Amino acid sequence: MSEQRSPGFDTLLIHAGARPDPATGARQIPIYQTTSYVFRDADHAAALFNLQEVGYIYSRLTNPTVAALQERMAALEGGQGAVCCSSGHAAQIMALFPLMGPGKNVVSSTRLYGGTVTQFSQTIKRFGWSAKFVDTDDLDAVKAAIDDDTRAIFCESIANPGGYVTDLDAMAKIADAAGIPLIVDNTTATPYLCRPIEHGATLVVHSMTKYLTGNGTVTGGCIVDSGKFDWSASDKFPSLSEPEPAYHGLKFHETFGPLAFTFHGIAIGLRDLGMTLNPQAAHYTLMGIETLSLRMQRHVENAEKVAKWLEDDPRVDFVTYAGLESSPYKAVADRICPKGASSLFTFGLKGGYEACVKLVDSVDIFSHVANLGDTRSLIIHSASTTHRQLTPEQQEAAGAAPNVVRLSIGIEDADDLIADLDQALAKATA
Amino acid sequence: MTETPSEALLRHILTTAKVFACVGVSMNPVRPSNYVARYLGLKGFRVIPVNPGHAGETLYGETVYPELSAIPADIPVDVVDIFRRSEAVPGIVDQALDRFPDLKVIWMQIGVRHAEAAARAEARGVTVIQNRCPKIEYQRLFGELRMGGFNTGIISSRL
Ligand SMILES: Cc1ncc(COP(=O)(O)O)c(C=O)c1O
Repeated sequence: MSEQRSPGFDTLLIHAGARPDPATGARQIPIYQTTSYVFRDADHAAALFNLQEVGYIYSRLTNPTVAALQERMAALEGGQGAVCCSSGHAAQIMALFPLMGPGKNVVSSTRLYGGTVTQFSQTIKRFGWSAKFVDTDDLDAVKAAIDDDTRAIFCESIANPGGYVTDLDAMAKIADAAGIPLIVDNTTATPYLCRPIEHGATLVVHSMTKYLTGNGTVTGGCIVDSGKFDWSASDKFPSLSEPEPAYHGLKFHETFGPLAFTFHGIAIGLRDLGMTLNPQAAHYTLMGIETLSLRMQRHVENAEKVAKWLEDDPRVDFVTYAGLESSPYKAVADRICPKGASSLFTFGLKGGYEACVKLVDSVDIFSHVANLGDTRSLIIHSASTTHRQLTPEQQEAAGAAPNVVRLSIGIEDADDLIADLDQALAKATA
Repeated sequence: MTETPSEALLRHILTTAKVFACVGVSMNPVRPSNYVARYLGLKGFRVIPVNPGHAGETLYGETVYPELSAIPADIPVDVVDIFRRSEAVPGIVDQALDRFPDLKVIWMQIGVRHAEAAARAEARGVTVIQNRCPKIEYQRLFGELRMGGFNTGIISSRL
């Protein structure tokens, strides 16, 4: 490998974080199924515990299989480092944890996965944190929502369930002006379609459960740090800029510079919150990532065909796919995710709630499940499932109104998917 | 003078240098400069501390010198590593060039840069690294950072 040439995305998918196993020469990354690691001697142990050297101590914090996945994710997103954890939801808490504190808030998009709306509107209150929800299409509203206690802006690049695309450049500009980081959930887009750090994001979170793993096998999450945010520029982020009592008064940002957030994620986040990814799950995800580009190309191709077909069908009221010429998000999508708008979108049925429920019960190839980003095509009626805990206003804002069905288009033959929807629509509207 | 030195250059420096002089190193064990000095020592480099406030004391087995010119001539310093504000760089570079005719590298830590002083050093054949940390680069290039999930940029199918 010549020194100055930076490898392309598809090379990173296969090689980043991976190398032949130094102990055995094994070419595929071994699953290091161990809880703990032998120290060379007492000095080595002390240096590791003091964060003076990086190494393996105990698998709640670090594990070689998980570390390979972390490096791969950091490379794919163009960040400095990554911390993996047990689920996408865990990643969101892990991302907010170093930034927030009692009385602090996150300004968040209303267009989010329903579980995230619930996590942000209910559960984080137990930590004394809160979320202020805003329509991210309204930039003035986003600016107005930021106050002295705001510690981050949070949005999804391509939002679940509607597939709406957020103008990340605009969000980053607002976050920058306010001196706070932008956190982008890039689950639906994946780094193949969108690289939020290139649009100014500070942190990128993922539910790796979805397209990254790709086969619907394991849950996992990840936080990638761009390494670009100056945590010491204000007194807003004391966890990173002030002395840490648990490490003899060490200041993370001052000591680790651009690696500070990742170090903190391991040394405080995983150590004390314990939302660790296990090496088996990391292995499945590493295998999935190897084929990410190939799969995403087909996901997008199929989604475009199915969305166009649905849009032309008289039984269908509307289709939200941002890749359609008719989408109000088409222009933003062309800038944020020019290779395609992923394969997650919703459509409205003229028959309303009843027709939606019947449709979901009538499909043969589509699976009725609460997941997305599988090789299989998936269907769900969000209002009665994933977005059920939300108020009608929240459902509407999230794009999960009662007459709306969500699709996650897989990589089967598009014609078979269309035929399946056709026969199910016939039953649903009979 | 480069802020994005090649991997090969960094590797060369960190595998051939033997003696670092750390200017502005702190005696406080939780300060980053102290971390770096200790780390370089652990990796087998000889680290000569320079700090006028603590001259004559000992840090990790080496005497602390008040300034570069006070380092005895029989200590062959290869790298002068600067942990001072950028404004202090020209004076340190001049002393370094004056004191160590065989100096190989002037290294400025993260946040430290001085284009003009760097150019002067390079004109004398000294390699200049700016806005980087030798500890982070060592950890990145020799595999340690992989263990923490950092993006090392290293792609290799060799054992
Ligand atoms: C966009 C998005 N973010 C986060 C999550 C939560 O991820 P996980 O289910 O892995 O906790 C999901 C899950 O559906 C999601 O769709």
